[in-house]
Amino acid sequence: MRLFIALFSGSLFGAGLLISGMTDTTKVQGWLDVFGNWDPTLAFVMGGAILPMLVAWRLTTGRKALIGSDYPPPAKPEVDRRLVVGSVLFGMGWGLAGLCPGPAMASLSYGGMGGLVFLAAMAAGMFMAPTVGAQLDRAANAA
Amino acid sequence: MNIEWIWGLCGGLLIGLGGAVYLLGNGRIMGASGILGGLVDGSARDTLAERLAFIAGLIGMPLLLRPLIAPEIQTHLTNNLGIVILAGILVGIGTRIANGCTSGHGVCGISRFSLRGIVATVFYILAGGVTLVLLRHVWGLI
Repeated sequence: MRLFIALFSGSLFGAGLLISGMTDTTKVQGWLDVFGNWDPTLAFVMGGAILPMLVAWRLTTGRKALIGSDYPPPAKPEVDRRLVVGSVLFGMGWGLAGLCPGPAMASLSYGGMGGLVFLAAMAAGMFMAPTVGAQLDRAANAA
Repeated sequence: MNIEWIWGLCGGLLIGLGGAVYLLGNGRIMGASGILGGLVDGSARDTLAERLAFIAGLIGMPLLLRPLIAPEIQTHLTNNLGIVILAGILVGIGTRIANGCTSGHGVCGISRFSLRGIVATVFYILAGGVTLVLLRHVWGLI
C-alpha cells in the first residue's frame, strides 16, 4: 500500500511537471528573467499546486495518514542561516540551468546527456551538503 | 489567458494532487530534494523502497506520457556542461542545507503557511532571478 501510494504520487507529480511545461528550462528561466521576455507560467503552476495542498493540510488535523502513520510535526518557526544560505545557493543553480530536483528527474527520459550530468552533479552536491553545512555552522559560531 | 498558463495551472493542480496523495496516504511531505537526498547520503534506509517507488513514478510517468501527448516538449538544457555541472552542485548542496526545494518548501510549505517555506521560496527566486539577469543581460554568458 505504502509503495503503491508513493508510486501514484510520484506519477501525478511527473505528469504535472510535464503538462505544466516546467521540465522545459526556457520556461523556468523565462519566469526568472524579469528583464527579458518574462513568462509568468511558473506562478500559475505554483498557484495550481498549492490549492490541493491547502485542502490536504486541513484534512490532517486530528487524524492519521491512510497507512496509519502520524502526520509530519508542525512546521518549525525559526528561520536560520542554513535555510537562507541554502536557498540562495539553490536559487543560483536554478537560475543557471533552469532545473530544480523534481523536473531534473521528471525529464530524464527526454534524452540527451545534459540531464544525466545535471543529476550526477546534483547527487554529488547532496552528498557534500552535510560537510558544507557543518562548515557553515562553524563559521557562524566563530563569527 | 495564454494557453500555456492554463496548461501550467492544470499541471500545477496535478502536482498538488501528488503532494496531497503523499501527505494523506503516507503521512509524508512531497519534497523532491528530500526524497532523493535521503537516498544519496544514506540517511533514510527505513524508507528506501518508498522513495524509490516515488522516483519510479516521477521518471516513469513522463516517459510514458510524453510520446503520447507532448512529444514537442524538450528540456532545452544548455549544452555548456561546465554550467550544467556547477548548477547541479549548487542545487544539490543548497536544497539539502535549506532542507527543501521548490516542491517541499514551495508547494508543501507555503500551503501550510510555514514561515520557513515562504522565506526559502523568496530567497531562491530572488537568487535565481539575480543570477540569471547578471549572467544573461550584464555579462552575456548564458
